[in-house]
Amino acid sequence: MSSLQRAFSRIPWAYTARRLLIAIPTMLAIITMAFLMMRAAPGGPFDGERKLPAATEKAIAAKFGFDKPLHEQYFDYVGGVLQGDFGPSYKTLGKSVNDLIADGLPISLTIGSLAMILGITLGTLLGVFAGLRQNSSADYGVMGLAMFGISIPTFVTGPILILIFALGAGIFAVGGLGTYPNIGMNWHNMTLPVITLALPQIAIISRLMRASIIETMRSNHIRTARSKGLSERQVIARHALPAALLPLISYAGPAMARVMTGSVVIEKVFGLPGLGSYFVNGALNRDYTLVMGAIIVYAGLIVLLNLVADILYAVLDPKVKYD
Amino acid sequence: MSQADPLLDPTGRVEPVNQAIAGGRSLWDDARARLFHNKAAVASMWVLGVLVVIALIGPMVWVHDYRTISDARAIAPTLEDWHLLGTDLQGRDLLARLMIGLRISLMVGVVATAVSLVIGVTWGATAGYLGGRIDNFMMRIVDVLYALPFIFFVILLLTVFERNIFLIFAAIGAIEWLTMARIVRGQTLAIKGKEFIEAARAAGVSRRAIILRHILPNVIGPVAVYVTLTIPVVILAESFLSFLGLGVNEPLTSLGVLISDGAARMEEKPWMLLAPAGTMAVTLLCLNFIGDGLRDALDPKDR
Repeated sequence: MSSLQRAFSRIPWAYTARRLLIAIPTMLAIITMAFLMMRAAPGGPFDGERKLPAATEKAIAAKFGFDKPLHEQYFDYVGGVLQGDFGPSYKTLGKSVNDLIADGLPISLTIGSLAMILGITLGTLLGVFAGLRQNSSADYGVMGLAMFGISIPTFVTGPILILIFALGAGIFAVGGLGTYPNIGMNWHNMTLPVITLALPQIAIISRLMRASIIETMRSNHIRTARSKGLSERQVIARHALPAALLPLISYAGPAMARVMTGSVVIEKVFGLPGLGSYFVNGALNRDYTLVMGAIIVYAGLIVLLNLVADILYAVLDPKVKYD
Repeated sequence: MSQADPLLDPTGRVEPVNQAIAGGRSLWDDARARLFHNKAAVASMWVLGVLVVIALIGPMVWVHDYRTISDARAIAPTLEDWHLLGTDLQGRDLLARLMIGLRISLMVGVVATAVSLVIGVTWGATAGYLGGRIDNFMMRIVDVLYALPFIFFVILLLTVFERNIFLIFAAIGAIEWLTMARIVRGQTLAIKGKEFIEAARAAGVSRRAIILRHILPNVIGPVAVYVTLTIPVVILAESFLSFLGLGVNEPLTSLGVLISDGAARMEEKPWMLLAPAGTMAVTLLCLNFIGDGLRDALDPKDR
């Protein structure tokens, strides 16, 4: 049996099915909460400075379905979402929420996933490096830096990085998706946002990995590996690392949620038109359908990634047993 | 601990209990000794103490008021007229605003954490103590809520309804209680089944005494650590909202609002960013060092 087959046979199908079943009421609860919150809000999305003529107001209400009773509006909306239709944007004329999400999501996903990769790689390396030298000056140095990474908000590191590397050294773009000849998602425009978003993750993951490797190095299976006469390098690479990496998987779910919330700030600092900036602008402008769409996409991603992380954990950790 | 509480010693024999306490070192004595041995934690406590005093007394005694608008707009730090950190675009003294902002940020940190503490401890202790099906149901709710992008709901809440500082307290506190509930429940479950609880019960100790004397002290440790580590998270969350323009209303301010204003003008007026950003970093560093120190002191297995 190949290792891939063995991993496949360890997928807890019943557990996965049960988790997927829980995901449905979760998503419904999210949609309902967001829907009710916005309908409970004083003032509608089309209340302007000027009072509109009654006929115009009626036409708007009919176009967006406000004239129907609340429960009908709700069922219409949920029905639309189930078919993948988030409805028209209230504020961006002529665009549907689907269009806006299609515009913004790729940018958010790109900086989010790049930041996660950077955070996991560097965080693991630094954490293992520090943990294997516990209580040395190298350990204290790395952990001190990690403490700074946790304590300094991204909207401080972002502007400072812009000041140094964009305005000062002129290596990267100050913000936005760039000016000629550097338009689009390329290293010139994306490096600083990705680094800024990754910094807190590097800090958190390195602390996590340090504690994990310290605990693993004291466990019985490491003692066994040592007593077999393996070299220290083999003990670490073949026996300690795989075990020490497990807590990282259970952190992956919450980490993705953090990165996504973080990207809201990053998109504002760097002026990137991602889903996060659409969400915030939508909330400030009372573009309710856009806000609902963004929340549903975010929640769906978080629920999905949590599920994947949990299944991965079950596949990789031989001690976990799901009933 | 020199006074023996008759409630806690149902045998009524006060003497031996007193001697036992005097003779040995309790968990808390050990923890305190370890905590005070941690230089980073001790230094952080001093610095944080000074910051708290400045935040409480500073705005009352400082020569400038944080609301007073003047013609000295956006001047750099100077000794003239005591604008030690300069002024903002409306000519308000930045040191005065920094002190009031620090006060608000610390207040948000403490109050929102207290909200999460009350909800989390009640929820977790109830689930852990009752156990069984109720526990299962209550913790499933926590699991479901855990998967929600709560901060987005907070943003929605703050944009849809009229903003005030109490809404911010409640909203942030309502996000952070989930982990607290998990910690308290796990701890309660673990302790409930321990032999020393059984021994106490067998010795005829009342239920109230068991909870007060045996369960509570063992839950307090992890909760205290988590509370210390939650305060910086909450301060960050508030500053996150402020940065998006959803924080406290003018003329009141917070570190997040000041940083956000400063970051917008850092090119030509860097002092507007540096002072609040530095204060925030120092405050959060201190809180994190104290929290870490507390954790190491109460749970020394990783040393």
